[in-house]
Amino acid sequence: MAANIVTMKKIIQQLRLEASINRVKVSQAATDLQQFCLQNAQHDPLLTGMSSSNNPFRPQKVCSFL
Amino acid sequence: MAAEKAEMDALKKECDALRTQIEAARKAANDGSMSAAAGGVASVGRVQLKLRKNLKGHLAKIYAMHWSADSRSMVSASQDGKLLVWDTFTGNKLVAVPLKSAWVMSVDFAPSGNLVASGGLDNICTVYNIKAASPKTLRELDAHTGYLSCCRFLSDSEILTASGDTTCCLWDLETGKQKIIFTNHIGDCMSLALSPDMNYFISGACDSLAKLWDVREGACKQTFSGHTSDINAIAFFPSGNAVITGSDDCSCKMYDLRADQEVLDYTDSSLNAGVTSLALSNSGRLIFAGYDDFNCHIWDSLKGEKVGVLSGHDNRVSCTGVPEDGMGVCTGSWDSFLKLWN
Repeated sequence: MAANIVTMKKIIQQLRLEASINRVKVSQAATDLQQFCLQNAQHDPLLTGMSSSNNPFRPQKVCSFL
Repeated sequence: MAAEKAEMDALKKECDALRTQIEAARKAANDGSMSAAAGGVASVGRVQLKLRKNLKGHLAKIYAMHWSADSRSMVSASQDGKLLVWDTFTGNKLVAVPLKSAWVMSVDFAPSGNLVASGGLDNICTVYNIKAASPKTLRELDAHTGYLSCCRFLSDSEILTASGDTTCCLWDLETGKQKIIFTNHIGDCMSLALSPDMNYFISGACDSLAKLWDVREGACKQTFSGHTSDINAIAFFPSGNAVITGSDDCSCKMYDLRADQEVLDYTDSSLNAGVTSLALSNSGRLIFAGYDDFNCHIWDSLKGEKVGVLSGHDNRVSCTGVPEDGMGVCTGSWDSFLKLWN
């Protein structure tokens, strides 16, 4: 029984900590996430695509002199 | 006895009151939907990536993979008892590390590229030096009382582990000892992810909760609920302000850390398979999620819509990873193959 009380007190201490944080509005959070994605879209090769000469996983076509 | 019961009842009342207070505070901050706010954002269209390489070499199910910081090498772990380090540009195998225990569940590459770590049902996180003439065991981190589900290097001298014993742990690799033990989950910890600034990490567990921890303080800062089953995969959004989770409940979710709540749910009625792994593209716009249905489905992280699929594996996709330069996606599967797409 005593062990349960100790556990319970720990749970309450944790909940007090989590309850005390300041929360940003979801609308603000959404705007910031969108802003980040849009600002970094140009630096996202999976989004923008790439030419085969820039593609590290695509074997280069080799030209040989005959 | 009666006094104890009275105290317990009072504590339970306080507990419930705090939970109600947290829910109310979250509701008050919930002034709009994320997907509605994304209405003005241009669609990414259909994302069609091509299979560029099929890496053959493992002889059994692949359970984990991780890119090196150089975006060229990659390490994979299979229950054939081996770690393989690959040169993904050529498809060549660079190093093979034989494991003491074949039941591996996780693998990681140190940012320096000098070390790899793995662990699994042996409850141990073993760190190997792969730059030596032949792979040398550097440390065996043995203190968890449950399986090792995930390991992530902070540097060559510190590593974080998540375990089936419900705890996560920060280890000192110079001494091989535990520095901090993170306790708060009530179910097996299945995965962890470091924040971009490395001051925090997030863990997902079988108690269907995701928890945010301060790496140095050892304290659990925030708890995120919503999933209805084990969280198998977790990743930070690149800005560090949000976290994506993947679960056995067949959905992925985005939790915003500053709003302290779930802001998007990635579900599709046709998807009835658990999520095993996930990775984000460099801008955070695309989520690559590996599922038990043998596919890796691609989601638009802002709009919550499915925008593509990577098909080709003949068994469950168990691991997914995008390298730091964002130039491709790697999927690993129980079919023993790793595939590279872009």
